[in-house]
Amino acid sequence: MSYPKGTIVRNSTATRLNHWITGICFVLLTLSGLAMFHPVFFWLSNLFGSGQWMRAVHPWLGVTLVVSFLGLFVQFWRDNLWNRDDTAWAKSLDKVLDNREEEVPPVGRFNAGQKVVFWGMALIIPVLFVTGILIWEVYFGHATAIETQRVALLIHSLAAIGAMLIWVAHVYAAIWVKGSMRAMLHGWVTPGWAFRHHRKWFQGLVASGSPGPTPDSTAKFRD
Amino acid sequence: MADLQSQDYIRRSASNLTPPSVRHHELEVAKLIDVSRCIGCKACQSACMEWNNLRPDMEEFQGAYENPHDLNPGTWTLMRFAEYEDEQGNLEWLIRKDGCMHCEDPGCLKACPAPGAIVQYANGIVDFISENCIGCGYCVKGCPFNIPRISAEDHKSYKCTLCSDRVGVGLEPACVKTCPTGAIMFGSKDDMKDWAGERIAELKERGFQNAGLYDPPEVGGTHVMYVLHHADKPSLYSGLPDKPHISALVGAWKGFLKPVALAGLAFAAIGAFVHSIVSGPNETTEADEAHARAEMEKAKRDGSAKS
Ligand code: HEM
Ligand code: SF4
Ligand code: SF4
Repeated sequence: MSYPKGTIVRNSTATRLNHWITGICFVLLTLSGLAMFHPVFFWLSNLFGSGQWMRAVHPWLGVTLVVSFLGLFVQFWRDNLWNRDDTAWAKSLDKVLDNREEEVPPVGRFNAGQKVVFWGMALIIPVLFVTGILIWEVYFGHATAIETQRVALLIHSLAAIGAMLIWVAHVYAAIWVKGSMRAMLHGWVTPGWAFRHHRKWFQGLVASGSPGPTPDSTAKFRD
Repeated sequence: MADLQSQDYIRRSASNLTPPSVRHHELEVAKLIDVSRCIGCKACQSACMEWNNLRPDMEEFQGAYENPHDLNPGTWTLMRFAEYEDEQGNLEWLIRKDGCMHCEDPGCLKACPAPGAIVQYANGIVDFISENCIGCGYCVKGCPFNIPRISAEDHKSYKCTLCSDRVGVGLEPACVKTCPTGAIMFGSKDDMKDWAGERIAELKERGFQNAGLYDPPEVGGTHVMYVLHHADKPSLYSGLPDKPHISALVGAWKGFLKPVALAGLAFAAIGAFVHSIVSGPNETTEADEAHARAEMEKAKRDGSAKS
């Protein structure tokens, strides 16, 4: 994959593919899950052919999601560890929301908001997986007591709503912060984008002469 | 029977609108199972198979008359046999015809996510409409009596229909028709309660002090009722629940969580939209690009100075 000259690589091709497999699974899981969660959404089952098909496919999408998310986790967890910059950034959230990013303390590859999204999903997806297995009627309908399944179903729907709320924030941030969508679709950002939103990450890349996404990358920056 | 609707619905799963309900001049029906008259002959179990064209696999004999050993997609009613030693040391053989109770407030219907997969007719019968069933098994979690069973072949949920097809055309359920001792009666719920009252009085005269009617108010009463000699301890009869109720977990999931979750999601989406209108996009400026370029050039100068 080639990137335009003078740009910084934010996400490698493998990362992007991995991200969108996860994203598509998540959207389909949300659509099918909502259809079962509330009657006003049941019409969404038509997107899957029928209610039966939807019920059958949802858990398999879930399994795919877990595997796919694991790939993202391995690639992202280190850059999502919380540090002092994040606390400072979070304290200036009002300025962030007001687009006055010049006045906000600089952060590394991910900001506190992104880290909350990351760890939120990293926590909720395993919960959805375990509870989802317990309520998977076809294979595990007789594996546990009905009371256990009642608990699992309640937790599964609660966790799903939590994940959807995080997802709304995630998607809105991508629309709001211009250039983010391109970073995940085509992989690159402009130096100004990196400077504005992730200054410490940018400075790390500049110091090492790396084109991204990590400062220890051996490739040299193209100009 | 979904297409041939001869009765009104009073409840329909996963539906917010009022179901068709003009034909409301319908009596509530009930089946009364008088456990004290039952001889455990299983004629009802056979009649159910015959009328509904069910042929479940026979299971191995395990030292009791119960066969199969549990309800299954092809066994909608099952005779359960319990041996009980009373206070006087007498052995009592408590035989109960198990199956759907046709609750007035059905937990299965409350839990079901598929519109119209479970309906309740104006006469009180709770029926599963297979063509609408998606096979999720939520009804299993909703039911306080552990009744619905999902078929592994067609992924549809099955249980006793109270012969809604027969009742709809004025016939009594097949089990009622076949019972040789008159232990199963069918009629309007009021008539069945009156009849049960007489029978209970008789049982009390015969020394069953705790005889009584099983019509649990926790689920709004049921359209299948039992006359029990030990109505104080229903669980003696192969685990008939003493106080059946829709699990509080199911109540929270289907009652509280649904509106709260929807409000939360709507709030998040509207919040994002409002933010977009108020604050607008966060765009990288020419100044950002200039700063970035300066830093990159400085790094390059420093780098070449070093080497
Ligand atoms: C991680 C693996 C997952 C597994 C194994 C799984 C499995 C299941 C199963 C078995 C059901 C019951 C219906 C059916 O049989 O299809 C279900 C329902 C549901 N799932 Fe999942 N799921 C997973 C992930 C997710 C995700 C990521 C979401 C959305 C964010 C989600 C949202 C829902 C919702 C909303 C319901 C309906 C709950 C209700 O009716 O209240 N699931 N899931
Ligand atoms: S006994 Fe169970 S399956 Fe029958 S109506 Fe009541 S809740 Fe539904
Ligand atoms: S298995 Fe069928 S009847 Fe039972 S809750 Fe699911 S859709 Fe409704």
